[in-house]
Amino acid sequence: MKNKAMFHIVKREALPWYQAWLIRGAAILLALVACSLVTVIVTGLNPLSLYKTMLYGTFGTNRKTWVLFQKLAILLGISLAVTPAFKMRFWNIGAEGQVMAGGLACAAVMITLGETIKSNAVMLLLMLVVSVAAGALWGFLPAFFKAHWNTNETLFTLMMNYIAIQLAAYFIIIWEVPKGSGKIGMINQSTRMGWLPYLGGKQYAIIILIVAILTILLHIYLKYSKHGYEIAVVGESERTARYAGIKVEWVIIRTMVLSGALCGFMGMLLVGGTDHTLSTDIVGGRGFTAVMVSWLAKFNPIVMVLTSFLLVFMQLGAKEVATNFYLNESFSEILTGIILFFIIGCEFFITYKIQFAKSGKEA
Amino acid sequence: MLNFLVTFIPRAIMQGIPLLYGSTGEILTEKSGNLNLGIPGIMYMGAISSVIGAFYYETFRTSMNPILAVLIPLVCCLLGSFLTGLLYCFLTVSLRANQNVTGLAITTFGVGFGNFFGGSLIKLSNAEVPAIVLGGTSGYIKTTLPFANTTGWFGQVFLSYGFLAYLAIIIALVASYVLKRTRVGLHLRAVGESPATADAAGINVVKYKYVATCVGSMIAGLGGLYYVLDYSNGIWSHNAFGDRGWLAIALVIFTIWRPSVSILASILFGGLYILYLYIPTGTEMAIKEIYKMFPYVITLLVLIIVSLRKKREDQPPMSLGLPYFREER
Repeated sequence: MKNKAMFHIVKREALPWYQAWLIRGAAILLALVACSLVTVIVTGLNPLSLYKTMLYGTFGTNRKTWVLFQKLAILLGISLAVTPAFKMRFWNIGAEGQVMAGGLACAAVMITLGETIKSNAVMLLLMLVVSVAAGALWGFLPAFFKAHWNTNETLFTLMMNYIAIQLAAYFIIIWEVPKGSGKIGMINQSTRMGWLPYLGGKQYAIIILIVAILTILLHIYLKYSKHGYEIAVVGESERTARYAGIKVEWVIIRTMVLSGALCGFMGMLLVGGTDHTLSTDIVGGRGFTAVMVSWLAKFNPIVMVLTSFLLVFMQLGAKEVATNFYLNESFSEILTGIILFFIIGCEFFITYKIQFAKSGKEA
Repeated sequence: MLNFLVTFIPRAIMQGIPLLYGSTGEILTEKSGNLNLGIPGIMYMGAISSVIGAFYYETFRTSMNPILAVLIPLVCCLLGSFLTGLLYCFLTVSLRANQNVTGLAITTFGVGFGNFFGGSLIKLSNAEVPAIVLGGTSGYIKTTLPFANTTGWFGQVFLSYGFLAYLAIIIALVASYVLKRTRVGLHLRAVGESPATADAAGINVVKYKYVATCVGSMIAGLGGLYYVLDYSNGIWSHNAFGDRGWLAIALVIFTIWRPSVSILASILFGGLYILYLYIPTGTEMAIKEIYKMFPYVITLLVLIIVSLRKKREDQPPMSLGLPYFREER
């Protein structure tokens, strides 16, 4: 043969879990090295003091640590929300819009009924119902069309994102305080109606607690429930699922409604728990980041805690570096991108191995 | 009415050109079966690469050569978007990573890269200027045909643009021709529809995917360059390019994967994007946000109708978003 392949790629037998994680760990380590290299080139800082700055940005003060865990909880929550659909191989990249829909519905209740409802418990319950319903609707539409007419869900959910964002932009101008500012400002600042309660005087404690419980529940749901099993089968092979008597259309719709509803719920936590206001960038791309967190963790809720921690740590750390050097805050997105590239790339070496052709021997 | 059209149409066209570049690039990419969600990031990369090139040339040279002033940003833009497209290909085609995840990562990276260097370039280069204003470069790139001002409304509607606007239309027409009428286009579509069949027919699937995606990225990157150096007069402002990259992806669906249709469709989208400026809203300022929603709603409707009608030539490429490994057949 004229041009014999130098090497060829063979699928591995399943690696033992510790070897797979060793490869991933090495990839993350390489990514961190690459990140510090980039930072050193840009800022001229030495790598050690770089990580010192990053640690200060994340754990430096009590306040910073709370912010870290709050951001971790929100990102983790959204990642959990998108996971059931992903496990089914339903490529929902509409978490951004579903969270936004939930947040918008939540803000609507807080603003329009803030005066009439007197009990905060009733208020919170109502907020919960409408945000979950709004998120579920945003999840239902693409699932309905996918299940019945095989409409491409990636493109469908992508469009739904911007419909939700523009809808929010519309209502923000209607509700803006003061008129013409383009902002809503703190909702119900004096009455605190619809604000999630502070646990032990800490604002973010309740969100962190809720997401922690959600992580465990979702793990159980995916791993031990009949629904979780059905999701896994539909994800592996739709034909097998049909043959086994699973109603595929129903599973697709049910799972996407669940994903959307959880996203809507996260929207409520954002508006009612952390921001107490609504803006068009309240989700801030986390709907997309969540897709990556979930996928990188191989849809395992417990591992997602680690992947979202890594990303949030890098983001806040990079922000600190950027502020110290009067650089643009988008620096964190560059580092996030680099880490993602490394982790995405390393999966190849877990699934495949490269065999080099030995000279003189038929490969 | 005529007056309105004469002012409205050129602005719609100028809004539409970046979208046209983006959608033409993405159509080529998707025809090879790669659903590149990194296009928004790649357009940012194209924009910032051209800005970096132009910035260094304009700030640190005392006199400017018109040809170099145009060529330097152009080459930088093509290089920047090519490298980003190459990274996407390496991860998805060679390392067989998931396309959606890789695309989103590219977008995160590209948008961050653009905004970071856009915001920090002055500090990093120790230049003594208050803001990135590349008036000189932009002036050369915007140069219109000499008789644009003397031919009245005709000149204003058809001749008042820089060369990049015409280039966008030419590229879209060429892409359309290549896809539809040439052997290369036939092979490319075969790769996107069924890579296994294409492979069996002796088509180099990997090569086609790489070339289509990288060329597509370079075309999309030009959209970013046009936006900053022509439409915005060379002024970089944080996140100004906004969600136009996603709008370009919407346009791909809206035109049902046809670059030639995209020429008019991008102008339509561009028009919808700025329509609110021309419609008397009275006291109701909020309604303009609803107008901005139209492109997405219309695209969604097209997507739904296409899937309901099940006409085969209107469907997305069959293997869109799916990886191809020869060994796994």
